[in-house]
Amino acid sequence: MKQMFDFILQPWPWYVAGPLIGLTVPTLLLIGNKSFGISSSLRHVCAACFPADIPFFKYDWKKEIWNLIFVLGVFFGGIIATNFLANPSDFVLSEATINDLKALGINDFSGLMPADLFSVETLFSVKGLIFFVFGGFLVGFGTRYAGGCTSGHAIMGLSNLQVPSLIATCCFMVGGFTMTHLIMPIIFKLF
Amino acid sequence: MKNIQEIQNTAVVEPFVCEAPNDMKKAESWTDNIKYLIVGILFGIVFVKAEIISWFRIQEMFRLQSFHMYGVIGSAVVVGMISVFLIKKFNIKTIAGETVDFHPKKFQKGQVYGGLIFGLGWAITGACPGPIFAQIGSGYMVVIATLLSAVAGTWVYGLLKDKLPN
Repeated sequence: MKQMFDFILQPWPWYVAGPLIGLTVPTLLLIGNKSFGISSSLRHVCAACFPADIPFFKYDWKKEIWNLIFVLGVFFGGIIATNFLANPSDFVLSEATINDLKALGINDFSGLMPADLFSVETLFSVKGLIFFVFGGFLVGFGTRYAGGCTSGHAIMGLSNLQVPSLIATCCFMVGGFTMTHLIMPIIFKLF
Repeated sequence: MKNIQEIQNTAVVEPFVCEAPNDMKKAESWTDNIKYLIVGILFGIVFVKAEIISWFRIQEMFRLQSFHMYGVIGSAVVVGMISVFLIKKFNIKTIAGETVDFHPKKFQKGQVYGGLIFGLGWAITGACPGPIFAQIGSGYMVVIATLLSAVAGTWVYGLLKDKLPN
């Protein structure tokens, strides 16, 4: 029993986490005929809080409330895993990534996020505006424009063999590679 | 008689297209919704325990310096594909006895433009929409700014939708 719990506390390998995430697809389909997708929750927040007479936000969001309850669950899951199932050992990152990021000026590799960036004080600097406000805006705008995110397109769409989802997923990756290799070095030079 | 009722019920529902629609015909109560809360909690735990919420892991992925994220997404897709195949093949019904609805997607230019824009944001924030919620739960308060900005981005998309190439 203790061995089992010790295993749960360790970071989960991809071959455990991936299949569990994949199983979300049939679970949601079979418990309530729901297609898996998370970015639509952002649209429902707009529809519920600031529809502003925009046709895109005029629909019965209450019928889609399950999606908001699901992301509330993801939030609670984050609380539970971090407070009760925390990894007792240090966070392990590949040596190559550490070297690359050190060259960009990141020095703290102790947590899941770089403490150099992910603090509330950073938010009120140019760096914070770019990483959180501008970055978050791109995530919200881009996922809605693409009609889905990693869950709706890459996982649900590909599971259902949809070619548009494959195109979208490739574009997500191209965007990510472009930011990481071409744009981020310039952003880090700004400070 | 039952069929007529069903047709009438579906006729009232306004057409609504999003990637995660609720296709359940029967109305659900608050207690029914607890199911989605539980699935969400388990999902959030997996996100944190597999370190998918980590900004560092996303950097590793885009620098091709670890297989972890590719393994997670790849095996999730394989399990999802097999599940969808089995549901279709054996016409497996939902627990409420309904036939599962699938939604073929139409190609639109937005999948390219929007996909690229989201990719840029994914690498810089280290978060897709799902992990954002788990990051906040993990105590990274600054991510609330990412979430609010993502809601703002979604809202601006809704505002400009008809002016954008699609």
